[in-house]
Amino acid sequence: MPEFTPNIGAFVSIQKSDLQRVLEALKQAGFTLIGPTVDESAIVYGEIDGIDDLPIGWTDRQEPASYRIVRRQDEAFFGYTVGPHSWKKFLFPPKQRLFRVEKKNGSFQVVDEEEPAPRFAFIGVRGCELQAIHIQDRVFLGGPYQDPNYKARRQQVFVLAVNCTEPGGTCFCASLGTGPQVGSGFDIALTELDDTFIVEVGSEVGATMMRNVPWRPTSAFELQQAREALATAVKAMGRQLDTSDLPDLLYNNLEHERWNQVAARCLSCANCTMVCPTCFCNDVLEVSDLKGEQFERVRVWDSCFSIEFSHVHGGNIRPHTRARYRQWLTHKFASWIDQFGILGCVGCGRCITWCPVGIDVTEEIDAIRGEV
Amino acid sequence: MLNTITTATGPTPDAGPMRTHPARIIAIKEEAYAIATYEIEFEDPALKEAYQFKAGQFNMLYLPGIGEAPISMSSDPATPQVIGHTIRYAGNLTRAISRLQVGDVIGVRGPYGSAWPLEQIEGDDLCIVTGGIGLAPLRPVIYHVLRHRERYGRVFLLYGARTPDDMLYEDEFESWKQQGIQLYLTVDRADPSWRGHVGVVPMLFYLLRLDPKKTTVLTCGPEIMIHFVIYEAMARRIPKERIYVSMERNMKCGVGICGHCQFGPHFVCKEGPVFPYAAIEPFFGVEDF
Repeated sequence: MPEFTPNIGAFVSIQKSDLQRVLEALKQAGFTLIGPTVDESAIVYGEIDGIDDLPIGWTDRQEPASYRIVRRQDEAFFGYTVGPHSWKKFLFPPKQRLFRVEKKNGSFQVVDEEEPAPRFAFIGVRGCELQAIHIQDRVFLGGPYQDPNYKARRQQVFVLAVNCTEPGGTCFCASLGTGPQVGSGFDIALTELDDTFIVEVGSEVGATMMRNVPWRPTSAFELQQAREALATAVKAMGRQLDTSDLPDLLYNNLEHERWNQVAARCLSCANCTMVCPTCFCNDVLEVSDLKGEQFERVRVWDSCFSIEFSHVHGGNIRPHTRARYRQWLTHKFASWIDQFGILGCVGCGRCITWCPVGIDVTEEIDAIRGEV
Repeated sequence: MLNTITTATGPTPDAGPMRTHPARIIAIKEEAYAIATYEIEFEDPALKEAYQFKAGQFNMLYLPGIGEAPISMSSDPATPQVIGHTIRYAGNLTRAISRLQVGDVIGVRGPYGSAWPLEQIEGDDLCIVTGGIGLAPLRPVIYHVLRHRERYGRVFLLYGARTPDDMLYEDEFESWKQQGIQLYLTVDRADPSWRGHVGVVPMLFYLLRLDPKKTTVLTCGPEIMIHFVIYEAMARRIPKERIYVSMERNMKCGVGICGHCQFGPHFVCKEGPVFPYAAIEPFFGVEDF
């Protein structure tokens, strides 16, 4: 075993089973491992203990409104596409207490949280998902106000990314430039070959986590294999999206007939916003004890598809599904650019897969462009 | 991307921008049916000293066990130690506020949002057009103008309420008039005592002779009223860059991270509530947007 850790930016090869040593090092450093695992007939993200919890030998089949996991012919570690979960549930939990309020002497007092934020190592982050994290960074950390909860979790996350060689039927990251290769911001990025992981080291801490792993320099042949696998992935992607005239395409078509047609299918169920890795809308609920002395401010995920979302006194701004779907799609593909300087979509395809009626954003945008 | 692992446990998040601060009600003044002005001051002396706001901004008001709502300041920004909020009892929080008394405590965080461009419009004639409780976020403008009367040209206040009894701040009208504000009042439904105009607010434009080269319009009220105020102002060749609108949307966080108040590319809580009409024109009036 080499005595030293690989340099930042280096490509090295390791035996697949030695990924366990990386995970052990992360655990020793105090990280909670979060990774893909099979649960309730889906590949979801949850706490894992080691490589045995990974969905080795599993893959998924995704189409609009359809998701099935199936056995693979091989024992690939990351041979699946993204499932219903995204990493946002760990950085921006679906339900989180912000602080408590106690009544005291005719007044009240704000009591801050005492628990330190958990320290996560994300195992198996795809390119599209890493981009989604960067997008939420802009939302929660990029403005004049920073969200302390997101910040505390985000700034100590370890990202073990995976170049995606298994795109699904609803993916279109290649159209948006967010994948299948991971961009910047990872600590370690893996490319999975038949018997080997190619490891790209992205940070100091990433290099440190390689200290107990036997590695060798990656051969030119392996690098070529990795390039070919990524090129094949681009071609195998189930969908594509022409982004050339966004955001004006949507802004100029706010009264397009297509909104009525999609509203006739859309159930306004909010599934798309729950599975979306960038959707950030939230509400803060007031939770009281029975005596009315102790209160919690609890932040929960909200959705622009809920009827109350746009409520002002006297009514709702967006009373119909047509208005709500239009809001969601124009936000993702138009106003997000104005708000955060970046598209709100990463092309992961979750909203297409998990829509109960199979509404496909790429098809909707094509229709508005007049190409369907 | 991590370059170091600093501590064993990592940071503990505090309440951050969502932290609310206790403030005590020092006066309550009934303004009209189900509308009252609450004067409050922060319990924390340092906060009371440091707090400042601009005309047109809002605070998030909070009651333990009930929740939060955005309410604009209606008092003089030159005396921010005492903060005035004119509140119509309409939702959960405001109805609960209606049951409070002097000495009770509410939570306050803010100020948030954009302000009326008071410095930028110095030298202009001002045409302030409001309906109903829309006068509340413009009263700070009136106070500012009265303090610095010489910095502004003619000042018109066009104000409409449902009935004469629904008029806000009536006891101040005489003093405003004496200090050179031209008041034009209208009601939707008159009562036997009413001697003024009856009809919608935008019609009051027909009583004015505005100079389009130097008039700035500031408007707040029901969206349908604003729609016709813009129409009347533009018909008088007032450029849309000099028409300022205070928008209303559902605001939950006040700091641009909850998503509720989106209006196309804008977060009304952050870039608004006060917009130059030119900035929102493409989206204003799009139905259900």
